[in-house]
Amino acid sequence: MERIPILKMGPYLLVTIQVDMHDRVAMTLQDELTQQIVAHHARGVLLDISSVNVVDSFIGRMIGNIAGISRVLDAETVVVGMRPAVAITLVELGMALPGVRTALNVDAGMALLKSAGRIATNGRPAR
Amino acid sequence: MSQKTQLASDIRDQQDRILNDWVNYQLSAMTMRRDLLKEQELREVSRDFLNLFVTALEDNADISTPSWKPSKEFLGELSRTRALQGFSPSETAMFVFSLKQPVFDLVQRQHQHDVKALAGDLWTMTVLLDKLGLYTTETYQESRESIIQRQQQEMLELSTPVVQLWDEVLALPLIGTLDSSRTQVVMEALLQRIVETGAKIAIIDITGVPTVDTLVAQHLMKTVSAARLMGADCVISGIRPQIAQTIVHLGVNLHDIVTKATLADAFRVALQRTGASVAKAALSAHGTTASGDDRGGGN
Repeated sequence: MERIPILKMGPYLLVTIQVDMHDRVAMTLQDELTQQIVAHHARGVLLDISSVNVVDSFIGRMIGNIAGISRVLDAETVVVGMRPAVAITLVELGMALPGVRTALNVDAGMALLKSAGRIATNGRPAR
Repeated sequence: MSQKTQLASDIRDQQDRILNDWVNYQLSAMTMRRDLLKEQELREVSRDFLNLFVTALEDNADISTPSWKPSKEFLGELSRTRALQGFSPSETAMFVFSLKQPVFDLVQRQHQHDVKALAGDLWTMTVLLDKLGLYTTETYQESRESIIQRQQQEMLELSTPVVQLWDEVLALPLIGTLDSSRTQVVMEALLQRIVETGAKIAIIDITGVPTVDTLVAQHLMKTVSAARLMGADCVISGIRPQIAQTIVHLGVNLHDIVTKATLADAFRVALQRTGASVAKAALSAHGTTASGDDRGGGN
């Protein structure tokens, strides 16, 4: 079965979705990502969806879920590289992904994660 | 059939007289537009059409048959050009309807003693000319509608520029009412430019939007949400006092969006967020007395 690789980059996890997301693939990703966040004490998750051309409400919800789960595990999620058509589709579906941080590309997303990490560690004891 | 052919040959015989009468009727009619149409031109057009008309009538009196095709094409072309020139529908239709009078006169002269034939011919001609008149009006309407459609399209394309104000700062000055089709165009243009320029902030300026109701607000929110999904924050600027009141009275929720009164304020916010700053250049010794010195900090 197709699996989406989860790469560790320092304190962050990088997930690049390059296949068409079936529901089962999405569920597996959610499962594995949760375990990896815990295993690596990840500070942030970078979800790169620049190769995703088609989204439906399920995938939209899944992205929201991943962000929610990561936040519970104290990791920030940044969704990067969303295509214009995908953004419009999600908005028309009524899923504006509130609470999910977004950036235009991996660079900008990584910068966002780093600055967020700085602010967060200022406010609470470092792990 | 023979009766109609008879009518056609009668018209053919007296074509010059009919043409003369017809042109005179058109010239004296209330709907004559001397500012748009010269008498000479009118005479030529009338003569050409009368020729086609008689030729077709010699065949039959049913305008759905192929023999009427040239006449219809001529009328279609005529009403299209007149629609473009700015004639009103009745002024355009009058071209055909004013032909009734001279033709009726002719029929009357031909059948002075035969009431039955007179009524028959009159009826035939009325039906025929009415149909041609309606056809003219219809074509006129169609060409008017195509003009309107083209203008709408042009407006749609003209009114959605996305301009780059600074590195990573885009501005989207909206002019005119936002309906859903325009929002779609605006949204697509904005998102495309965000991808191209890597912008982090987009300023949506609604100074040129005449009214903001719940629907327009919803469209704005959609655009803002879509831009946010692409990693760009939006600032809405150009909110006039009345519009601010309307937004609050309608209970529209704009809490999550930064709003500013003017584009300049929004630009200031955008510069702050992107870490850029604009300062006045140090003034020369000659210019130190000028205003604006207070925030320079140099001298």
